[in-house]
Amino acid sequence: MIQTRFSEKCSYQSKQKLVNFNVLLNKIKNAGGYLLMLPVFAVLLNGCASDKKQDKLIEFWAMGVEAQHLCTLVAEFERENPGLQVNVQAIPWSAAHEKLLTAYAGGSTPDLCQLGNTWIPEFVILNALESFDNYLENTSELNETDYFPGIWQTNIIDETLFGIPWYVDTRLLFFRKDIFEEYGYSSAPKTWNDLFDLARKIQMDGKTKYAFYLPLNGWHEIVAMAMQSGSTLLKDNNTYGNFDTPEFQNALRFFSKLYKHQLCPLGMNTISNLYQSFADNYFSIYISGPWNLGEFDRRLPDSMQEKWMVAPMPSFNDEYPGVSTAGGSSIVMFRKSRNKTAAWKLVEFLSRPAVQAQFYKLSGDLPANIKAWNLANLHQNDKTEVFYQQLQRVKPTPRIPEWEQVALKIQQYVEIMAYAEMTPEEVGRHLNAEVDRLLEKRRWLLGKEKP
Amino acid sequence: MRFRTNYSHSAYLFLAPAMTAIFVFFFLPVLAALVMSFTDFDIYSLGDMSRARFIGFSNYLNLFQNPLFWKALGNTAYFVVVGVPLSIMTSMLVALALNSKLTRFKSLFRFSYFLPVVTTLVAVAVIWRYIYHPRFGLANYLLSLIGIKPVDWLGNPHWAMPALIIMAVWKGFGYNMIIFVAGLQNIPETLYEAARLDGANGWQEFRNVTIPMLSQTTGFITITTLIGYCQFFAEPYVMTDGGPLNSTLSIVLLMYKEGFKFWRMGYSAAIAFILFGIILILTIVQLRVQKQYEI
Repeated sequence: MIQTRFSEKCSYQSKQKLVNFNVLLNKIKNAGGYLLMLPVFAVLLNGCASDKKQDKLIEFWAMGVEAQHLCTLVAEFERENPGLQVNVQAIPWSAAHEKLLTAYAGGSTPDLCQLGNTWIPEFVILNALESFDNYLENTSELNETDYFPGIWQTNIIDETLFGIPWYVDTRLLFFRKDIFEEYGYSSAPKTWNDLFDLARKIQMDGKTKYAFYLPLNGWHEIVAMAMQSGSTLLKDNNTYGNFDTPEFQNALRFFSKLYKHQLCPLGMNTISNLYQSFADNYFSIYISGPWNLGEFDRRLPDSMQEKWMVAPMPSFNDEYPGVSTAGGSSIVMFRKSRNKTAAWKLVEFLSRPAVQAQFYKLSGDLPANIKAWNLANLHQNDKTEVFYQQLQRVKPTPRIPEWEQVALKIQQYVEIMAYAEMTPEEVGRHLNAEVDRLLEKRRWLLGKEKP
Repeated sequence: MRFRTNYSHSAYLFLAPAMTAIFVFFFLPVLAALVMSFTDFDIYSLGDMSRARFIGFSNYLNLFQNPLFWKALGNTAYFVVVGVPLSIMTSMLVALALNSKLTRFKSLFRFSYFLPVVTTLVAVAVIWRYIYHPRFGLANYLLSLIGIKPVDWLGNPHWAMPALIIMAVWKGFGYNMIIFVAGLQNIPETLYEAARLDGANGWQEFRNVTIPMLSQTTGFITITTLIGYCQFFAEPYVMTDGGPLNSTLSIVLLMYKEGFKFWRMGYSAAIAFILFGIILILTIVQLRVQKQYEI
C-alpha cells in the first residue's frame, strides 16, 4: 500500500524537499538555541537542576506531506504544554521502511512515529513498539468508539493495541458521472456484474477508449475483490496460503474477465498523466483512494469538475457497499522512548476532534476520529460522505509481518494472469506454493512457542 | 639482511592503517555475509537472535526453486550477452571516428558523448521515460516516420529489456570510448606507415594493426564492462521496478528487494554469493581467452 501510495503522491516530491529544508532550518535554529543555553545548563548542573526543569523534547518522525502539516499542529501543542517541545523529523515514504529498521537496529528510534498500518505487525515482532492498552484505559480523551472499527482493528496485534489511527485510507470507485448518467445510472452499479455490463456498453459505444483503468502495480483491487467474495487469503492462523478456494478463484476469474474482454489497458502501468487521460475519455472507471479527491479537484480542468464522482465498492452479492481494504497511518510509540508520558500527551492532542479536523484542512487526509468528520463538514461534501460509507465497510489484511511480501506475490501473479499467461487455477496453485514457502519461518516460530 | 627486515617491518607499519580499514570494512562484512547466507536471518531475527537458524544450504536450494530467481538470472544474462558486445562495439566505433584525422570538432564530440556518463541516472531516466512513452514519445514518433506502428516500450514484456539495453548503452559507452581513444593514441604511427608500405588497405590496417594493438585495452574494457553489466540494477530500479511481468528484474534488483524491502538478509546474501561466483567464473574465462590472443 505504502509503495503505490507514494508513487501516486510523487507530485509532492518538490514540496517534500521544501519540508526537509524547513525542518533543517528549524534544527539549526534549535541547535543554535541550545548553544546559547549551554552556559545556563552549566550553571543549572552546578546548582539546582531539580527545581528548574529543562524543556522535554519529543522526537516525532513523520512521512511525506504529513510532516509538513504536523509542524503547524505541534506549535499549538507546545503553547498548551510549556516545557514540552516537539521535534518533527520528515522522512520520505520511499526510504521510511529502511530508515526505521536501521534506527531500530542502531537503538535510535524516535519517541513517536507515523506508521502505515500494514507495517505495524513487523515492528511488533521486533518488539519495538509500546502497547497502548494501559494508556487507553487511563484516559478520558480517547475512545475506541470514535474510530472506524475496521481501521481500529489494523492496530491490534494478538489482542494488544499498538497504534492510534491518525488518518484513514481506503479504496473505492472514481467514475465519469456524465457517462454513467447517459446509461441511466445516477451512481455506480452495486454489483460487479452490473458494473461489468455497463463497462462493456461504455466501451462498445466508444464513450471512452477503455472502460477501466486498473494499474497492475498494486494489489488493493484484487485483495478487496477477494475479501468481498469471502476469501480469508491465508489459513491456519495465517501460516498457509489459501488461494485455491472457490472464494479467491471467483475474484481472480472476475479480474481476468476484465482483461479478456480488453476493458482495461494492458501494460501501461505508467499512464503519463492520469488526470489528463481521465479527462480525455481514455478510461471512465478507476479504483483509488482519498488523496485523489484533492488531486482530481486540482488537476482536472474546470469543465470536468461536474463530470466525476465517487462510489463505494460494488460487491459480488447483495451486500453493499462491498468490503474494501483498511489503510491509513497510525501513530505509534517506541518502547525505547524516554518521554512516554509526554509522548502520550501528544498522541491525545493529535487525536482530538478539533485537531483532527484542522489536520484534514491542512493535508486533505481523511481524519481517523469520526467526531472530526462533523467539525470539518465532511458529511456535507457528497464525495467524502461516500468515503465515510465505505470506511464503515473496511477490513484489515492479514496482520503478519510477511503481509507485504505476500501482497507482492499476489500482485505478481495477477499481472501474469492479466497477460493471459496463466489461468486463475494456475495462479492459485503457484501462489499457494510460494506463499507456503514464505511462511515457513512463521510456522516454525509458532510451533516453537507452543508449550 | 637486517636492514631488509627492518624495512619490511616499517612497511607493514605504514600499511597497517589501510589494511585495518580494508579488513574491518571490507573483509569482515564479506565474511559476515557469507556466514549469513547459511542462516535464515530476517525480520524476526533482528529483534531476537534466537529466532535465527543455521539452515545450511537451504537458502541456495530455495533460490534454485524460486522461479523469480531463474527469471532474474535469465534477464541478467540477456542484458549482458546483448549489452556488453553492443556497448563495446559502439564505443570502439565512436573512438575510431574520433581518432580519425578527418573528424573536426573532436573535443565537442568527445564532450557530448561523455556527457551521459556523468549525468545522474535518475535525471536520464526521466528523459528516457518520455522518449519511450507509448503515445507521446520521441521513439515512437521516429518509428512512425518510417511507418512502424507504435511500440509500448516499457509496458510490453518483450520490448522493455531492449529499451533498457539501448538506454544503458547510450548512458555508458562514453566511458569506454575515452579509454579506447587513449589506447588508439598509444599505437605508434610507424606501425601504420609500415603497413601502408606493405600495401595494406584501410580494413587490413584495422584488422592487423589496430585490433591487435588494442587487445590489452579491449581486454580491460571487456572485463570491467562485463562486471558492470552483471551488476545491472539502477536502470530497472528507476525505470520499471523490474516490470512488466518481471521482464526487467535483474539479479541485483532481486537481491535488493529481498534484502532491504523484506529484510530477508540470509536469503539475499545467498543471491549475492551466487552473483559473485558467476562474475568470478566469467572473469577467469575471459582472462584465459584473452591470453590466447595476446601477442
